[in-house]
Amino acid sequence: MRLLALQQNFREWLTSEAADTAAQFGERARPGLGVYLNNYRAQLLAFLSASYPVLRAWIGDAAFESAAATHIDSVQPHAWTLDAYGLDFADTLEHLYPADPEVPELARLERDLAAAFVGLDAAPVVPADLADVDWDTALISLVPTFKLLPVTTNVGAIWSSIANGENPPSAARLPEPASLVIWRHALTPRFRTVTAEEARALRRAQEGESFASLCATLSPETAGSFLGQWLSDGLIACIRCPS
Amino acid sequence: MLDTHRFGLGLRKPHYADFLDGTPVAVDFVEVISENFMVEGGRPLDVLRRVRERHPVALHGVSMSLGSADGLREDYLRRLRALVDRVEPLFVSDHLSWSRIGRFNSHDLLPLPYTEEALEIVCGNVARAQDVLGRTMLLENPSSYVSFAGDIKEWEFLEAVCARTGCELLLDVNNIFVSATNHGFDPIAYLAGIPAHRVRQIHLAGHSQGRELLIDTHDTPVADAVWSLYAAALNRVGPVHTMIERDDDIPPLGELLAELDIARGIGAERARRAA
Repeated sequence: MRLLALQQNFREWLTSEAADTAAQFGERARPGLGVYLNNYRAQLLAFLSASYPVLRAWIGDAAFESAAATHIDSVQPHAWTLDAYGLDFADTLEHLYPADPEVPELARLERDLAAAFVGLDAAPVVPADLADVDWDTALISLVPTFKLLPVTTNVGAIWSSIANGENPPSAARLPEPASLVIWRHALTPRFRTVTAEEARALRRAQEGESFASLCATLSPETAGSFLGQWLSDGLIACIRCPS
Repeated sequence: MLDTHRFGLGLRKPHYADFLDGTPVAVDFVEVISENFMVEGGRPLDVLRRVRERHPVALHGVSMSLGSADGLREDYLRRLRALVDRVEPLFVSDHLSWSRIGRFNSHDLLPLPYTEEALEIVCGNVARAQDVLGRTMLLENPSSYVSFAGDIKEWEFLEAVCARTGCELLLDVNNIFVSATNHGFDPIAYLAGIPAHRVRQIHLAGHSQGRELLIDTHDTPVADAVWSLYAAALNRVGPVHTMIERDDDIPPLGELLAELDIARGIGAERARRAA
């Protein structure tokens, strides 16, 4: 058997467990094929479990392992890094928990916090950097780990309670859809719930609108409050003033 | 030549604080899993930078997939090269195995048939990796649970890859023991067959008895039989960098350092007899 065909058959065995595929390797290979199959599935389960500890605590061990098994059955790993394997776990959960939107939202929050954990470094702007800023032309660049995650439930409160070892609140829909802003400050991922208005302002800043343009649609108090909060959060990587 | 024999540990997350709290740790080098640090930034690279300030670091990969029939992933090689440039490692190693075919990545070290076709493919992949990395790699002998019909013995295969590509070897003594037990070959014959002058590093680890096969679990102390084989390996290859890998049920650092002292003792005994 050519190497390419052997490797394609091995893939078929790991992902389908088909007896006729296993038979191609001969009876002598049977115990070893079982070891590799177990390693494959155990590795993916262990990765998902380590990547989604808060989700696992929220839905319970048995439900988590069942959801992980469904994901492993339906999604094959393709990237060299295992980190990529869990990126669409929330999609699997959305199918499994159509009446519990906090479940996939919790998975997306954990996924994005993990991405921020290893995202590009950037030293945030501090107030002392603002002395010479021309606010009429200033462009705000957010830190590279910045992300906005739309949510419809109190998933932020659930995550914080579980992560702090407290009893989480019951799941509840928010009065209106909101967003979580996620980023990394120094070495620690953070998130904060923001209003639709602040989410819009952050998105427009990320897309390159000048601060003056943002202010045109906000009250001066709101614009000042947003800027102060973003500076305090460490969300701003630099403020450029094109000449 | 005891002073040239170096001893280290695989650095794992539970021991980061031990290595960074300022108290010297009695190792000559550490080895890290390359892929854990092939990231853009954040705490992993910060930890690695601080550890590197204190110890030489070896990079040990698990995802290069040197046996893939359809070649290596260039994005992987570029990321690894960036890490190599950042760390200036003691060694860069990966396994004689395959993980990926097409768009499927098993994230396991899968077995190769030891055929002339596989040899050509592995040699082509090792040569490509060394070109991108700009340095010689170490190739590690794997544990395996399936063997295929092939006309080349594993040690002959390793020797041929070294001869054709100039790569060197990371000899995993536990893997020799596990595969020898599973496939019924003589581990001493394996040691006799390897190109001893190509061995630059030795791995030691624990294994577990599965239902029908020995499994390379890295979750137990090094077995007595593996310590005996390590002594035999040192007689064959001399005092090369030796380290213990522990990846599961990881004990306090002190226990691993005590286990590393066993390796030091075996190394000292070999040196005494060689003197």
